[in-house]
Amino acid sequence: MKILIPIKRVNDYNVKVRPNQANTDVDLSNVKMAMNPFCEIAVEEAIRLKEAGKADEIVVVTIGDDKHQEQLRTALALGADRAILVKTDTPLQPLDVAKTLTKVYEKESADLVIMGKVGIDGDHNQTGQMFAALTNLPQATFASEVEIDGNNVQVTREIDGGLETLTAEMPAVITTDLRLNEPRYASLPNIMKAKRKPLEELSLEELGVVTESKVNTLRVESPPERQEGVKVETVDQLVDKLRNEAKVI
Amino acid sequence: MKTLVIAEHNSKNVSAATLSVIDAAKKLGKDIDLLVANNSCSNVLEEAKSIEGVSTVLDFSHEKFTNEIAEDIAACAVSVKDDYDFFLASSSTTGKNNLPRIAALLDIQQISEVTEIIDEKTFKKPIYAGSCIATVQSSQEKNALTIRTTSFEKAEMAGGSANIVTKDVPETESRKSGFVKNELTVSDRPELTSADIVVSGGRGMQNGENFALLEAVATKLNAAVGASRAAVDSGFVPNDYQVGQTGKSVAPELYIAVGISGAIQHLAGMKDSKTIVAINKDEEAPIFKVADYGLVADLFEALPDLESKL
Repeated sequence: MKILIPIKRVNDYNVKVRPNQANTDVDLSNVKMAMNPFCEIAVEEAIRLKEAGKADEIVVVTIGDDKHQEQLRTALALGADRAILVKTDTPLQPLDVAKTLTKVYEKESADLVIMGKVGIDGDHNQTGQMFAALTNLPQATFASEVEIDGNNVQVTREIDGGLETLTAEMPAVITTDLRLNEPRYASLPNIMKAKRKPLEELSLEELGVVTESKVNTLRVESPPERQEGVKVETVDQLVDKLRNEAKVI
Repeated sequence: MKTLVIAEHNSKNVSAATLSVIDAAKKLGKDIDLLVANNSCSNVLEEAKSIEGVSTVLDFSHEKFTNEIAEDIAACAVSVKDDYDFFLASSSTTGKNNLPRIAALLDIQQISEVTEIIDEKTFKKPIYAGSCIATVQSSQEKNALTIRTTSFEKAEMAGGSANIVTKDVPETESRKSGFVKNELTVSDRPELTSADIVVSGGRGMQNGENFALLEAVATKLNAAVGASRAAVDSGFVPNDYQVGQTGKSVAPELYIAVGISGAIQHLAGMKDSKTIVAINKDEEAPIFKVADYGLVADLFEALPDLESKL
């Protein structure tokens, strides 16, 4: 079984991102970049399936400029077998990402596609579902458990009311939620070994993808700050404030 | 052209999230139709037609909609695509699962988690876990929006008199997943995203048993109980309790954060609450920066004390 893992390069999740001075975009100069945390979970899940003898090959793919090689090398160091970089200097919107991944999928014909449910930058939560639509594949989003049984995959999903379990015949698309697994760290020997693993570069033209920016950002600003309130000394004072000042109880 | 809202329901009632989406849809100034995929749920259809502002209820009835899957819902929406130039769903896990599939089939770049509709092409939405607010403009003729429900009012479930139109349920052409089972949390408490008061616990609760202290306060206040990601990751409470960027967004009248430090991703899900209370023994905890009332105290003393005084 072959698993395709699309990943995204985003800001490190510990960094608080701010608007630029002109308020035209976010300011990512000097911001540390990393693999999107949900994508790390996707990579980890694929590695565990391979370790369990359920998968033979893990191919990791991303779309972007040369710097995106860093995240592909990280995935290779963690245990992916080979990597594909679809090169473009223009950041793509989720629909175009899904179209590009569809072309990569047609080329690679994987049995399972596992990807993060959302990028922590744009907060779209779209690409997996869009990719599933464009490839006519079944989708199981927000996964907290994945079990392979022959040609089927059973996925437990985190939904607003609790949990839901779906089953799908492979090939299928899974998007990862937080509690699917805890990703490992790459060891130094594996980081060295990853430098020799294959990393293929493709262009959007080679894949035959035509992209189009359909939604433009006009302005990026900080949200209104909340005023820091007051400290109360006792529970009695707190109850009094809630009753008589805020009038919320 | 009209706006199509994808309704959510539990086979008995239309969800509160859908009422918020209809309120948002009104701001687009077009006729609003409601797509209700259901398995002969007459009460849901009756509620749907009574919602103020809804013109037509599209009744897609089929036994497969007892437990809907995205592939089937998308096929229904696509079957009526020519009548609509807006497709709206809530930013619940259901809406997030369904709408991008619909959007991609219609070649639409969706706009997620809309918090403000400026005009019919221009919207505000949070990005980077709410650290920034983006104003975005679409150049598309057709648009798909998920709506951050806490940013809108709820349409009244009264005063409407929509027509119910029975629609043929289309075959789903794509390969699709199948429903196996649900494990839903059963609770007598108000639902987390629509409760007037929310009491949430974090890592400071130390274990799941200690949540009983929070539950006791919540019972006195008729509040919903929530949790931080740390508390859910540690297994104290189930995933559906999680408030934050990757969990639920809430904006109650009163939010009481207990033993929660206040990570960015938690604040993203609750900082629009009207009044925020923080109880934490660490006076440097970032949660105090957004709290209207902060109490530096040991929660194991403060919670029983609070319960006794309510």
